[in-house]
Amino acid sequence: MSTLAPPKPGARRGLLRALSQRRRPPLVTTFGAAIAAALVLLPLVFLVIEAQQSGWGVVSRILFRHETAMLLWNTFRLVVACTALCAVIGVAAAWCVERTSIPARRVWAVLLVLPLGVPDFVVGFGWVSLEPSLQGYLAAVLIMTLSLYPLVYLPAVAGLAGVDPALEEVARSLGLGPWKVFWRVTLRQMLPAVLGGCLLVTLGLLAEYGAFEIVQYQTFTVAIFTEFKLGFDTAAACALSLVLVLLGVAVLAGEFNLVGHGRSSRSGPGARRPPARVRLGRFTLPALFALFALCALGVGVPIGSLIYWLIRGGSSTLPSASILTDTAHTALFSAAAATLATLLAIPVCAAAMRHRNRLTILIERLALLPQALPGLVVALGLVSFSVRYALPLYEGALELIVAYAILFLPLAVVGVRAGLANAPVYLEEVGRSLGRRPTSIWLRVTLPLIAPGLGVAFCLVFISSCTELTATLLLRPTGVNTLASQFWAYTSDFSYGAAAPYAGLMVLISAVPAYLLTRRMSTLALMRRR
Amino acid sequence: MSSSSDLWVLDVWKGYRPDEPVLRGVNLSVPAGSLSAVLGLSGCGKTTLLRAIAGFERTQRGRIALGTRTLDDGHICVAPERRGIGYVPQEGALFPNLTVQANIAFGLSRAERRGKIVDELLELVGLARLARRFPHQLSGGEQQRVALARALARRPEVILLDEPFSSLDASLRTAVREEVSALLRRQGATTVLVTHDQEEALSLADSVAVLRDGVIVQQGTPAELYTRPADERLAGFLGSLNLLEANFEDEWAHTVLGRLRLHPDPNRAPNLKRGVVIVRPEQLRVSPGEEPADGLPGTVEQCSYYGHDALLHIRPKEGHGEDTLIARVRGEKALPAGTAVLLTARGSVSAVG
Repeated sequence: MSTLAPPKPGARRGLLRALSQRRRPPLVTTFGAAIAAALVLLPLVFLVIEAQQSGWGVVSRILFRHETAMLLWNTFRLVVACTALCAVIGVAAAWCVERTSIPARRVWAVLLVLPLGVPDFVVGFGWVSLEPSLQGYLAAVLIMTLSLYPLVYLPAVAGLAGVDPALEEVARSLGLGPWKVFWRVTLRQMLPAVLGGCLLVTLGLLAEYGAFEIVQYQTFTVAIFTEFKLGFDTAAACALSLVLVLLGVAVLAGEFNLVGHGRSSRSGPGARRPPARVRLGRFTLPALFALFALCALGVGVPIGSLIYWLIRGGSSTLPSASILTDTAHTALFSAAAATLATLLAIPVCAAAMRHRNRLTILIERLALLPQALPGLVVALGLVSFSVRYALPLYEGALELIVAYAILFLPLAVVGVRAGLANAPVYLEEVGRSLGRRPTSIWLRVTLPLIAPGLGVAFCLVFISSCTELTATLLLRPTGVNTLASQFWAYTSDFSYGAAAPYAGLMVLISAVPAYLLTRRMSTLALMRRR
Repeated sequence: MSSSSDLWVLDVWKGYRPDEPVLRGVNLSVPAGSLSAVLGLSGCGKTTLLRAIAGFERTQRGRIALGTRTLDDGHICVAPERRGIGYVPQEGALFPNLTVQANIAFGLSRAERRGKIVDELLELVGLARLARRFPHQLSGGEQQRVALARALARRPEVILLDEPFSSLDASLRTAVREEVSALLRRQGATTVLVTHDQEEALSLADSVAVLRDGVIVQQGTPAELYTRPADERLAGFLGSLNLLEANFEDEWAHTVLGRLRLHPDPNRAPNLKRGVVIVRPEQLRVSPGEEPADGLPGTVEQCSYYGHDALLHIRPKEGHGEDTLIARVRGEKALPAGTAVLLTARGSVSAVG
């Protein structure tokens, strides 16, 4: 019996199909990736245009005035201190949890990541509302270190898990003591991961606005915001933004280089054993105390302060009914941005992973570039674009959603990449050899396989959008408030009691996807460890 | 099985970079219903060839045809899903989100899925009880059999196997290999098996094509290839050997082992007087002692014992040649190093180079 069609000599359809076949990404992919790249470039291009319009003379006067040097110095000493502290705290905490006999490891593993769920400006609010004298450099270092150390802790945990215990055992057998082994073998192996985390901390510091405004510490972002919102000096804002972008891009370039050097030298298929844990013995109590102090300062103070203001504020100022609409706006904008960013990330990753060439790699890097772009900078670029060419978009909801999508595109890329890694291209090839058309294979095989990755991408972007402050302040539609913007309005008036419910809701709203995410992440981590 | 047709690959060229072709004019014919192996080292282009036949890669020159139907001639290129060619990649590539049953039914129409095809195939590969399992719950061998059943479900004219057994444990490999080839023969499927394992190619295939640097250097039955390889490299690739210098005289070769009959070879230049012949280790007969006098005297230098047989490395006595000779003897005939032996050869030999 034959189910096959008889041969059709010289079928024209075959010719058309052949032209679009293999080695070149499908049209949808090319188109989608191009849009993503264009969106990322759009704000940057308009920053340059804006600066050019005001003339390079004006720009250079702004760039070479005394204040700019002061901003650079402020940024530099903050980055150095915070990054160093985050590195030490992150690595030490990761080692304690992953490699020692510390009690209640699972609890610590969760508590130590929690600061990521509380936006930096809420942490700033937490500290300053309790102790108004906390101002300036040291306050900024304290608050940013406590908010950002998980960015080193998480990669350090992953890095430690990736260190082959056999290497450490060999080093011991070669006569090195435990500390030397840690220094010369373990740390060396996890160094790329830790450095990557440090660069993320640096980028976070460059982009932060809210927390520095609260502790009155002048950095680039604070100065740009002031120039634009209060001084109405677009030229100065754009000129300073360009400096910030250059700094960010330099840091990001460092990170790309690190990623290229991740090496694993394990040969042979032998299964890897879990590492032996160091018995802490009489150091158990001090270690427990240190972790407790870290969590108390990083999570306890901000959350405690929120609760304090919720209780105290609850009696005097009831939150207005508009808090519900604000919540709805926040959820709506964030969900739309998360959908858009995920949809944009799919073609970018598909092109980069399946049709690897210079162009697709470049597009992927462009999609990761917003890591180095503060929300403020993207917002400024979009404002400039819409004022010039698309006035109806100016201060519309779409513009804010696009800004979020651009800003958090790198997070979406991370999630989608992980998803696509589960759907190797040969599965689609097998599907086609079984007589299925590409779309049907995509729906039945590829989509179900990458769905978890898409979920991760959506959650990551959603959480970040919910708690985004600067782009929201600049781009929110007139008369529309989100939780973040309303929180900020109250905090600026020192109405801490009225502000607290907004922060509380913000944390709650992002807690759901964050919970889903940690469960997904831990499954991923478990799978990798196996 | 559908009435199968011969598969033709004619002068096919394919490369990923302009000046580095991977396939440089490959010619291959696979008769309907036969199992042909494409044998080659990694990087020789065998996977590219298979992917071109399946339709995942376009050729740049040449023609691939199934019977009278052109699949790819550089202009026309039939899409993989319209070729009717089943493909079993390395490690099976089962869809991880579908059960065994759904994997096998993947290529079938709705109506076919309701029929008995899937059950019959499950029965055929002996996995009926695992129908509702997911791929990660199966052993490597079971996954391989599901992948095969999935490829067979649409009754393709040709089945392509890309190193299907290399990911299996050595202990499992032989069993799965024999099972699969028996199954394919029962189905009468035209099969192309790509492998780097010469033992696998020789033991399973009706015909073996050796691919090297993008061209087929020889295609023939396993016996033809083993006894009359095209060149020395190929001879060495197919199994261990002894190379002996020889003087030719009509159909005879005169060597240190005496007069040996040459395989008839129409390509051999008739006036060739000197050359090299191949003597396989199993063609050498080893007898302990120093008498009788007709035979090459030597000493066992090393003995590698494998149970069913043993390889003896024998150094000829001075004045009887330079190189150590390798002889294969039955396991119980293994001799310790240092034993004095006499070597004689049996069977015909072929000349190379």
